[in-house]
Amino acid sequence: MRAVAPPMPIANAPAATRRKRLFTPARIGVYAFLFSAALFFLLPLYVMIITSFKPMDEIRMGNVFALPGSATLEPWRAAWGAVSQGFWNSVAIAVPSTVIPILLGAVNGYALSFWRPRGANLLFGVLLAGAFIPVQVMIYPLVWMMAHAGVFGSLPAIVVVHVIFGMPLMTLLFRNYYASVPHELFQAARIDGGGFWRIFIQVMLPMSLPIVVVAAIMQVTGVWNDYILGLVFAGRENLPMTVQLNNVINTTTGTRLYNVNMAATILTAAVPLAIYFISGRWFVRGIAAGAVKG
Amino acid sequence: MLAQRLHVRFAPHLALVPMALVVLGAYIGGALWTLRTSFTASRTFPSDNFIGAAQYVRLFDNERWLLSLHNLAVYGVAFILACMVIGFLLAVFIDQNVKGEGVLRTVFLYPYAMSFIATGLVWQWLLAPGSGIEGAVRQMGFDGFSFDWIVHQDLVIYTVVIATVWQASGLVMALMLAGLRGIDPEIYKAARLDGIPAWRVYLQIVLPMLGPSVATVFLLLSTAVVKLFDAVVAMTQGGPGIASEVPAKFIMDHLFLRSNIGLASAGAVTLLIPVLALLAPYAYARSRRARLAGGHA
Repeated sequence: MRAVAPPMPIANAPAATRRKRLFTPARIGVYAFLFSAALFFLLPLYVMIITSFKPMDEIRMGNVFALPGSATLEPWRAAWGAVSQGFWNSVAIAVPSTVIPILLGAVNGYALSFWRPRGANLLFGVLLAGAFIPVQVMIYPLVWMMAHAGVFGSLPAIVVVHVIFGMPLMTLLFRNYYASVPHELFQAARIDGGGFWRIFIQVMLPMSLPIVVVAAIMQVTGVWNDYILGLVFAGRENLPMTVQLNNVINTTTGTRLYNVNMAATILTAAVPLAIYFISGRWFVRGIAAGAVKG
Repeated sequence: MLAQRLHVRFAPHLALVPMALVVLGAYIGGALWTLRTSFTASRTFPSDNFIGAAQYVRLFDNERWLLSLHNLAVYGVAFILACMVIGFLLAVFIDQNVKGEGVLRTVFLYPYAMSFIATGLVWQWLLAPGSGIEGAVRQMGFDGFSFDWIVHQDLVIYTVVIATVWQASGLVMALMLAGLRGIDPEIYKAARLDGIPAWRVYLQIVLPMLGPSVATVFLLLSTAVVKLFDAVVAMTQGGPGIASEVPAKFIMDHLFLRSNIGLASAGAVTLLIPVLALLAPYAYARSRRARLAGGHA
């Protein structure tokens, strides 16, 4: 309560009495602000959840914020039917699109931090700049190249695209992490006769677990939430869940089944939300470390 | 023997081949390809028929493109300002030794974990006239209440602002809070002894000290502005009419639905200019800092 504490002769007030005065107008103001902000942030989630349990006639008549009168699981069944294929597609995309960029990012970061081959920093600078460029600039050339290589619209295509757009952040994370490793450790391994790959596999990788976790959180949520790349590159057979969800919601003719739509939305958001709630601090650490990415 | 020695000598170079391929092939190659295509008459397929700057002339004659640029400007100013103000306020208020800080942080940040395709729908519905907030307030007895921005030509872009601010301001809060926690607590004590009111301490002393955090946040938010696409697709699909069109969506539509690759490429190159303008000072500051650090080493 440092800055909002009431102006009083601090030097004379014992710590205990200061701590007891919790309900000053300033304190109430602080809590009122935070509480109303929390309501605003929770509102959509609340509406999503209650709506997914309502039958359609209750939605048509009722208030958007009212609790369900007769809760039903039917919307959830229908929603899973509509997006389950997308769920498994997203899993199939996310696994290689997480593992490969992390491995490449680790090798890049390791080479950049310890071996510093000539020209590597310039390359890295361009790579980082690439993270800010709108994907629209690169999308068509990539489509064209992949069409000519005969892989457009396939699982490998979407994975390669995620490798390309994930590489700046993955490299940055590992480069910054390895920069904090004492250089003496690397020198000692060199003197012991370790080569490039041996030092990487035996010394660096085993101590990389914390940053691998951060990188995996970032990459899985990023790939899972991707829409535009999946839409363009994955092909009809492999459309990720986000694309399927948007198709379910925005192209249905007739009445909008809001309860099914909301259940499908929650299902689509479930994986990144689970990661967020389980990983907690690691998630925040990840976005702080990767704050350079857009 | 020689081969092995060469292998050892060049292992770091070999290891960076994938990165070099990505940089040269995808980032630089892709950007050059798009630049080149923007000067051709490409329609459904890329062509070699160079027509100078005609696509750019056509682009800036296109009402839909001009509207999308206008929307981007309005959206950008409103989104960045709102995110900064709300994020900063949340960080400052959460920094007052409040109870349940962990819960509050979780609540403010969770939207950032979700995709816009997922959350766009619920916002679309909350903002829909009749069924959403408007309907709920009317049922409470305020019959004249109206909140129909999402079907309003001039106001629809602000509904995208509301939803994206909801999504991103928690991130701003997290980064600002990290910055606040790095500030020496002695400053607050000294300011309090001098009798300076809290709001002035934060506005005139703490905020300037958060300079680097603010710069990072600004860079992040502005690249998000230029990339704005998912939220519009999920919430309004560019409508009503073309009222919420944005450049990223204009380019995608012309690439894949309207078969006008030349025009889309000109749009993509135009979109690149503000990004480079933002990035240049940042890159300059970075290299300057690196050089200064090198000088002291």
